[in-house]
Amino acid sequence: MPDIAVKVDALTRTFGGFTAVDNVSLKVGKGEIFGFLGPNGAGKSTTIRMLCGLLMPTRGTGTVGGYDIVAQSEKIKQTIGYMSQKFSLYDDLTVTENINFFSGIYSVPEEKKIARRQWVLDMADLTDREHTLTRTLPGGYKQRLALGCAILHEPRILFLDEPTSGVDPVSRRNFWALIYELSTAGTTVFVTTHYMDEADYCDRLALIYRGKIIAEGSPNELRLKHMSKDVLEIEVDKPVEALDALNKQGKESAIFGSALHAVVDRADTAAPEFRRILEQAGISVRAIDKIAPSLEDVFVTLIEES
Amino acid sequence: MRILRIKAIAVKELIQIRRDPLSLAMAFLMPVMLLFIFAYAITLDVNQLTTVVYDRDHSSVSRGLIGELGSSGYFTVVRHATKHGDIDAYLDSGKARVAISIPSDFAKDIHAGRTAQLQIIVDGSDSNTAAIALGYIQAFAGSYAQRLSGQKGPPAVDARVRVWYNSELKSRYFIIPGLIAVIMVVIAALLTSLTFAREWERGTMEQLISTPVKTPELVLGKLIPYFLIAFFDVSISVLTATTLFGVPLRGSIFLLAVLTSFFLFGGLGLGMVISIITKAQLVASQIAMVATFLPAFLLSGFMFAISNMPVPLQVLTRIIPARYYVTVVKGIFLKESGLRFLVVEALFLAVFGIFIFIVANKKFKKKIV
Repeated sequence: MPDIAVKVDALTRTFGGFTAVDNVSLKVGKGEIFGFLGPNGAGKSTTIRMLCGLLMPTRGTGTVGGYDIVAQSEKIKQTIGYMSQKFSLYDDLTVTENINFFSGIYSVPEEKKIARRQWVLDMADLTDREHTLTRTLPGGYKQRLALGCAILHEPRILFLDEPTSGVDPVSRRNFWALIYELSTAGTTVFVTTHYMDEADYCDRLALIYRGKIIAEGSPNELRLKHMSKDVLEIEVDKPVEALDALNKQGKESAIFGSALHAVVDRADTAAPEFRRILEQAGISVRAIDKIAPSLEDVFVTLIEES
Repeated sequence: MRILRIKAIAVKELIQIRRDPLSLAMAFLMPVMLLFIFAYAITLDVNQLTTVVYDRDHSSVSRGLIGELGSSGYFTVVRHATKHGDIDAYLDSGKARVAISIPSDFAKDIHAGRTAQLQIIVDGSDSNTAAIALGYIQAFAGSYAQRLSGQKGPPAVDARVRVWYNSELKSRYFIIPGLIAVIMVVIAALLTSLTFAREWERGTMEQLISTPVKTPELVLGKLIPYFLIAFFDVSISVLTATTLFGVPLRGSIFLLAVLTSFFLFGGLGLGMVISIITKAQLVASQIAMVATFLPAFLLSGFMFAISNMPVPLQVLTRIIPARYYVTVVKGIFLKESGLRFLVVEALFLAVFGIFIFIVANKKFKKKIV
């Protein structure tokens, strides 16, 4: 299949008696932003390391960019860019020295070197810090420099392991803007994160928990398919009184802006019941709608179920 | 293999060494410092032996003997004893290493043509010094007696001793070239023992092994800067030896440079293999130290002659690179040895270097765990 960038089947990795990755199968299409979500220790890094040819799988097969992850790991390393979870550039080298080093390692052609370096400096907003020791850069800059060094050679597939952990919200947003840019230019991006709010940035997602994939799909598919409960949005004039009235009847709800949200088993039976309770309390209801749950609701529910 | 990748790694290593004061000190100060410390500490020459003299003769002959003894440079008379107990006290306390007791009829016996007695007591707790001191005194007393009695007829045997390669028998001449070799064996392994381990410990290795860099490129790229540094160290050490210590360099500098290069390839490679296997800086440097220092000191022929060792140890010395490099440096310094005499050493060092390079490449895996 020419439009598949990453494909693994029943990938498993054990460390002694501990199964870090358990029968993981997934496919990533070319040019996709694929999000690999899960709490810390779920097996995200172990999976990404196996895909990048840094770790041998105990069982299972897979290809990255058409190369076998077991037999052709060195070929894979020519095709990909990888940014590890821990910052792993040389912090005793300056920004430019790090860029030059990875430029040399990735064999960036001589005629392209200067242009690529300038591109990274611009992208990471480091033009005036070229000769700063990497050690002294703020977190967000380090992260962008690490990304820059990983894509100096314009890889077709990019693996990012928790690229935004420990970075402030503005830097995170900027970082995702860069990922979008790369994806638009045709790069496949495989990114792990434990920030649920970042899941919406991805084209497709897989949720990994205790080494197993427990859900997969686009953010919308996940919201629709895997949320067994419904969320009602209740628009009323007096939300505080409404909240009181519902609580007295044993109905859990919460204020969301000027409206109320309630998680219910079935929206079609719960909606009339809510309307009745509120009207009996003398509160006029403008609308009760079933709304899409946030991804965070979905993941919490999925993890609780599994 | 791509030259540009090797170059990128070599440049990166050089920058890192330049920015790290500890690496710099180890690379540039330690070898010469060790050379000075050991050159002064290990001297097999015996000078200014502290001596106590008990002269019961009080003759011009006995006073002459004592005077010549003091001016010979080998003995310093620290005490003229007045009773025999003084000798015990001085030797026991370590204030003197040698005691010379001259009996009361010393001059009378000499003038009468009888054999004169001279009692010499040497502190044998340092047997090396004792043996050398004894030799000096016997030679000294012999020549003194001969001069006093005057030459009467030719001696039965006229032994004309000539010492080759080190005619002045200065221990410094043979210690310092060997010392340079021993120090470099240790320094070479120490220098590179940190390289791979540091990258594993700092986490930079994970990034590096995700790139298309090939193992031989990585090994060579890391080797080259340390090769240049170690070569510089040898040059400075040789220069120090010839200028400050006045050790003559009789053989070819070119040959020394070539064979040093052979040796450095394996010596530096050994440190790298240790670094690759241990993945931890502290452990790596300690192993590098123990694995090179002890064999280089004890089994290289530097301190103890290999021919005097028990046979199993002699066999063991054959696989110790230090042995060959010590022979090379000593040979070129003292004997003016040409390649003709150092073929075995050259071959061993070359083969060892290639062997270690292969091991380093086999042992390094571009994988985590």
